[in-house]
Amino acid sequence: MSLRRILAMMRKEVIQIWRDPRSLLVIFAMPLVQLVIYGYGVNLDIKRIPLCIYDRDATQSSQDVLKHFQSTDYFRIVRVADDYRDVIDHIDRGTCTMAVVVPPQFSEHLRSQGKAEVQALLDASDSNTASVSMGYALAILQGYSQQVQLDWQQRNGIPPVAPNVTFQQRTWFNEDLESMSNIVPGVVAMVMAVVGAFLTSLTIAREWERGTMEQLIATPVRKLEIQIGKLVPYFVIGMADTALCAGFAVGWFHVPFRGSWTVLFACSALFLLVVLSLGYFFSVTAKSQLGASQSALLVTLLPTFLLSGFIFPIDQMPVIVQGITRVLPARYYVSILRNLFLKGTAVQLMAGDIAALAIFAGVLILLATRAFHKRLE
Amino acid sequence: MNPWSSFKRIGHMVRKEFIQTLREPHMRILLVGPPLIQILVFGYAATLDVRNVPFAALDLDNTQESRALIAHFSASRYFRLKKYAARREELREGLDRGNFLVAMEIDSGFARRLRNGPGATVQVLADSSNSNTALVALGYLNQIGAEFSRGYQIDRMQRTAPERLSSLPQVDIEMRPWFNEGLESTWYFVPGVIGNVLLILVMMLTAFAVVREREIGTLEQIMVTPIRRWEFILGKTIPFFLIGCVDAALIALAGTLWFGVPFRGHLGVLAAGLVAFIVAALGLGLLISAISANQQQAMIISFFFTMPMITLSGFGTPIASMPSLLQKITYANPLRHVIVILRSVYLKGVGFDVLWPEIASLMGLSLLLLGVSILRFRKSLD
Repeated sequence: MSLRRILAMMRKEVIQIWRDPRSLLVIFAMPLVQLVIYGYGVNLDIKRIPLCIYDRDATQSSQDVLKHFQSTDYFRIVRVADDYRDVIDHIDRGTCTMAVVVPPQFSEHLRSQGKAEVQALLDASDSNTASVSMGYALAILQGYSQQVQLDWQQRNGIPPVAPNVTFQQRTWFNEDLESMSNIVPGVVAMVMAVVGAFLTSLTIAREWERGTMEQLIATPVRKLEIQIGKLVPYFVIGMADTALCAGFAVGWFHVPFRGSWTVLFACSALFLLVVLSLGYFFSVTAKSQLGASQSALLVTLLPTFLLSGFIFPIDQMPVIVQGITRVLPARYYVSILRNLFLKGTAVQLMAGDIAALAIFAGVLILLATRAFHKRLE
Repeated sequence: MNPWSSFKRIGHMVRKEFIQTLREPHMRILLVGPPLIQILVFGYAATLDVRNVPFAALDLDNTQESRALIAHFSASRYFRLKKYAARREELREGLDRGNFLVAMEIDSGFARRLRNGPGATVQVLADSSNSNTALVALGYLNQIGAEFSRGYQIDRMQRTAPERLSSLPQVDIEMRPWFNEGLESTWYFVPGVIGNVLLILVMMLTAFAVVREREIGTLEQIMVTPIRRWEFILGKTIPFFLIGCVDAALIALAGTLWFGVPFRGHLGVLAAGLVAFIVAALGLGLLISAISANQQQAMIISFFFTMPMITLSGFGTPIASMPSLLQKITYANPLRHVIVILRSVYLKGVGFDVLWPEIASLMGLSLLLLGVSILRFRKSLD
């Protein structure tokens, strides 16, 4: 192994990257765009649900019920309907997610029988939004019901005590319940997967496709030297991207960072080794840029996005899928990131995750190295 | 201009494209793999439902009431009692380790305050690193607490003033979830997967196919053949249009037959929406190919486009919770429209009368994208 040849290889790769400043710009702009979109746009917290109200009773009490819906931040009244067809139409068109209908004789039933019911119609195609809306609506109605009961008790001379259980809630780690803090670790992992696996998957495949591999084969450079020379520049880009991403998240979006930066960079380096090796492996085996990059996308990006626990919580997945996530490096990395950013967990508690990443890195480096044959076919 | 010979030239182009796409084993797998994986993941794994949240309880009161409250929680399907803690430190440590997400501490005097006083308070700690789960879980918590209180009150009235119990007023709400009665997240995600997969597949394949010719230098060879520009573009795009259609049909079949997602609308409405969308994706692919010099650029740029498009499509997160500026931007996103069409046709069963604005916007977007890309393309060929 010669350092001179590795440096020469690296220099060629850096020149090739540098020659295309637009791609380089995109590589650095991408995480920022992602963060901005997620930071300002994506909100997993469901609030301001578009609501349609239809008061068929039109009395003081029916207005009271609806006022309860009006005064929360959870619902936003977009339509006051005046007939049933209007309600159905708005739900069909998706302009409102929920419709609260107060039936005729609502107040009369409440007065004479002591029992009354309002109706909530929901567009439940989005099951999550629907179940959250149902929870909100139920809570609002319970509040109203309790108020009615207290009034009644007062009027009938029963001491108006509500044997109430209230919960004093404190949320830890992400005190303001910001999705952003939850998303940042995921964005970092995703950017790494893209830079690491996507870009490297092109490097060797490009040489094969353009025919320059044959020229490389004719030179004395060894296959390990090619590998190191090709991967080091991308490693540097990946680390820089991580730093940029984390810095932007903490500096601009005020996502807390409670762990140690050293651990962050060490673990990022490990994860980067994993994805770089994966990308390199596909680059070597696919021999066309399209095939290599699509395989890399399939194996790194999709699982990082879907199965790492970044958006969809792992503990809610079926047991079999939970088992599958154990062989995905991204899962461990996302969990480490989340611990570092939000919890500030001590390294000892994350030892299992870190060890898993290290094992993946070792195995994949070995695999990538063995898959490459520097010879003509 | 002889229509027959131009037809023949397009046919040759299509054939060449098919051979090039299908000859590599990697590519053959890729046409089937990603759609399959996405549908499996979204069918089985991706769920935002919050159930069986692991919780721990520290019962310092240790009365019948406090035990009843805990039993109330563990009996609901939303919470699962993971640990009966004996000391306060255990709660903190378990939350740190992620053993449970919610910890509640019932102080001594809980039952006394519940019986005599203004109501009892329970301390709750929640791990909110995943804000959605935390928010939903806390919602359930309050709901269960309210149920508990009401049960307790009725219980007490039964003992003290049973004759009055029947006249205690009560207002209920009756929930009628439409379109997805069982609240299955599979029903919600699987139709959206069709749009996602189509976008990525059609756009990337098209972009790569044109750029590859430029990168390898075969574009110049094609330009000296008698093929015309529009024939070239048609010949390039038809194969991917067909591949897109086949993939869409496969996912749709798998969704209906395997996952039992109901199909309540008309196939014609869906087809109209999908065709308009595929054309838009083709236009986007051509546009990317026109502005990139090599495959690496094409890939990076298409990635740069796809991620925000998926994020802002309403596929994973509801558009209604985005800020209003971003909500407006989503109208320029073809994926948003097709996902609305897919979900509405599948679950709501609505027709053209409701969906025409979406289909019209898709057509407008696809014409715009195709037009711009053909203009750009002409320039880049010269």
